[in-house]
Amino acid sequence: MSFLLFDNMRNLSGFTIPSLKMKTMQVTFEYLAIFKKTVAMHEVFLCRVAAHPILRKDLNFHVFLEYNQDLSVRGKNKKEKLEDFFKNMVKSADGVIVSGVKDVDDFFEHERTFLLEYHNRVKDASAKSDRMTRSHKSAADDYNRIGSSLYALGTQDSTDICKFFLKVSELFDKTRKIEARVSADEDLKLSDLLKYYLRESQAAKDLLYRRSRSLVDYENANKALDKARAKNKDVLQAETSQQLCCQKFEKISESAKQELIDFKTRRVAAFRKNLVELAELELKHAKGNLQLLQNCLAVLNGDT
Amino acid sequence: MAAEREPPPLGDGKPTDFEELEDGEDLFTSTVSTLESSPSSPDPASFLAEDISTNSNGPKPAEVALDDDREDLFAEATEEVSLDSPEREPILSSEPSPAVTPVTPTTLIAPRIESKSMSAPVIFDRSRDEIEEEANGDVFDIEIGVSDPEKVGDGMNAYMAYRVTTKTSLSMFNKSEFSVKRRFSDFLGLHSKLASKYLHVGYIVPPAPEKSIVGMTKVKVGKEDSSSTEFVEKRRAALERYLQRTVKHPTLLQDPDLRQFLESSELPRAVNTQALSGAGILRMVNKAADAVNKMTIKMNESDAWFEEKQQQFENLDQQLRKLHASVEALVCHRKELSANTAAFAKSAAMLGNSEDHTALSRALSQLAEVEEKIDQLHQEQAFADFYMFSELLSDYIRLIAAVKGVFDHRVKCWQKWEDAQITLLKKRETEAKMMVANKPDKIQQAKNEIREEIEEWEAKVQQGERDFEQISKTIRKEVGRFEKERVKDFKTVIIKYLESLVQTQQQLIKYWEAFLPEAKAIA
Repeated sequence: MSFLLFDNMRNLSGFTIPSLKMKTMQVTFEYLAIFKKTVAMHEVFLCRVAAHPILRKDLNFHVFLEYNQDLSVRGKNKKEKLEDFFKNMVKSADGVIVSGVKDVDDFFEHERTFLLEYHNRVKDASAKSDRMTRSHKSAADDYNRIGSSLYALGTQDSTDICKFFLKVSELFDKTRKIEARVSADEDLKLSDLLKYYLRESQAAKDLLYRRSRSLVDYENANKALDKARAKNKDVLQAETSQQLCCQKFEKISESAKQELIDFKTRRVAAFRKNLVELAELELKHAKGNLQLLQNCLAVLNGDT
Repeated sequence: MAAEREPPPLGDGKPTDFEELEDGEDLFTSTVSTLESSPSSPDPASFLAEDISTNSNGPKPAEVALDDDREDLFAEATEEVSLDSPEREPILSSEPSPAVTPVTPTTLIAPRIESKSMSAPVIFDRSRDEIEEEANGDVFDIEIGVSDPEKVGDGMNAYMAYRVTTKTSLSMFNKSEFSVKRRFSDFLGLHSKLASKYLHVGYIVPPAPEKSIVGMTKVKVGKEDSSSTEFVEKRRAALERYLQRTVKHPTLLQDPDLRQFLESSELPRAVNTQALSGAGILRMVNKAADAVNKMTIKMNESDAWFEEKQQQFENLDQQLRKLHASVEALVCHRKELSANTAAFAKSAAMLGNSEDHTALSRALSQLAEVEEKIDQLHQEQAFADFYMFSELLSDYIRLIAAVKGVFDHRVKCWQKWEDAQITLLKKRETEAKMMVANKPDKIQQAKNEIREEIEEWEAKVQQGERDFEQISKTIRKEVGRFEKERVKDFKTVIIKYLESLVQTQQQLIKYWEAFLPEAKAIA
């Protein structure tokens, strides 16, 4: 809504104070774009948590949604950050060992191969999409400068071409806004989507890793039990330990399977939604641009 | 004011009579001998004085770059200078060259007939105006195309030959459609001749495209990559625009050198366009002298129009440069966008391949295809950005440099007039002193001498005044014509450019409309 307001104000003031307005609007527009992005990402995250059978019941989540005063969440202190760092190190080192183990379960084996490749390709696509979006934005910025230069030419020229320049300058200003929106929308619908699924596929990989870890633990427990039985020492302890590992493994396998199936469903739905919206927005902007250009040409050709 | 006399375009564009014609030749050869005798440091001042009244290769605006099709330079240096004179003779001698006759508004230009006579210019003057009115009414029926660049020769002596095709209904040409092969230095040679004839009398001669060592070396070496094909295409387009602008100028169109360039199958090699030839060095020296002079000449401008116009052109120059920089940035970013879109398309295709949901996988492949087509679109748009918008601006930046040069010539002309007046005054003072002095035996001879000199300088003062008024008048007309052309040019090209943007958007709509159902089909 605020865009419309600005547009109307601009039309009323005509050519008189363009530069200050343009600067203000540019800044406002960029801020709004980033804001839109952030809101969208938060929304997706919250919806995910709310949809999750277990996480939705988490107390922290409830507090987050309901507490109507400032939450004052403290950030991670140095110690916690360091812990995270080491956890990641261990995970990657472990990951190498664990991924060597072939899975008996076809489902998980397939998922593992799939996720590995998918994750890498999503990463690549995300990076390329980012670059593409940024180039779009650079081009939009150039339109802005061209519009300003044309305006200067229009106000200084002594021949009758000054009206012409002013009209084209106006066109570039307007078309620049559309180009900037194209860039922002591509960023939102494509780049962010890919970034999100980059993280999601990483999370899925982590899940598989945890399951593999648990499988290794289970197998180790089995070996320990066999040894205990052979030595006939601490057999009960070994048995309980093995049972626990077994339970843990089966539980994690079950929930992992469900999560992974959900992952696929969600992924397909999200891509569909975003790709459809992307195409619709691209169409809307292209049509808007086309009309701007055609209107401008009609005026210019009419004048000459 | 002196009787109006337009410079007859009969081979030399000097606003003078026959006496100076011979003068020109002599001065030219004396320049040659001076160069040959003292190649190290010719006195700038004397060269400058000669330059003003000579038909030599005058300083050209913004054209000192090293040569692109160079041969063994120094060995030929003296040779080239002497080659100059015979080359110039056909033009200076006036006999064979077809004259232009008075014209009625209906037919444009009739060839040959009348020889040069003093009365012709007066009649001619009127007809020139008529021709220009025709030009404004857009009846100039001549179309020039530059095409088919082809590499001739091998190694460092190789060069590109371009086909120059002319289509015209003007009767001054032998045929209505004809084409010739020309190389880049031929174009430079043409410009050099036109500039030396017309610039110093106030005509805005369109500048030739710039030399480029890097570009040409790549072509010579035989690199068949996209950057050298782009370079050749850029040059071809620039040469075409250069010729089109030149023929649009009513005075230049009648020049026999231009006609020879367009028509004759064999053209004498323009060797004096090489930077390190004798003529090239002369050019550089003159340019340096000019720069020094510009700083020292203070002209009493009596005509506010000229000051105003110069200021306007200065502003326009600055604005165009700024705009040009922004457009160049756009071209660069658009090319980047095209490359990044292509990269994304490939990446999306890979993603589609590894996606195990069939419908989504297909949609991603479609997305990849769309983005690939869009990348092509961006590339084409970048070409349009460059060839239409950016090149238009760079052409005009160089044209304005030519305009500024013409204004500078006027100042030099004024200076010459001013100098003549000062010399005349000195001579008169000397005479007066002689009258008072007391040496009867020497006095009569000296008196006669000084009388003669005074008469000579009186004539020069008169000529200087005439020249100055002439150049001022010509510049006013030229600037008027230039501004009209500029407005037309900008409007035409920018509208064409906007139409290219329209096309791009229309294509985008088509592509996304085709993709949308595919995205919706994901189930």
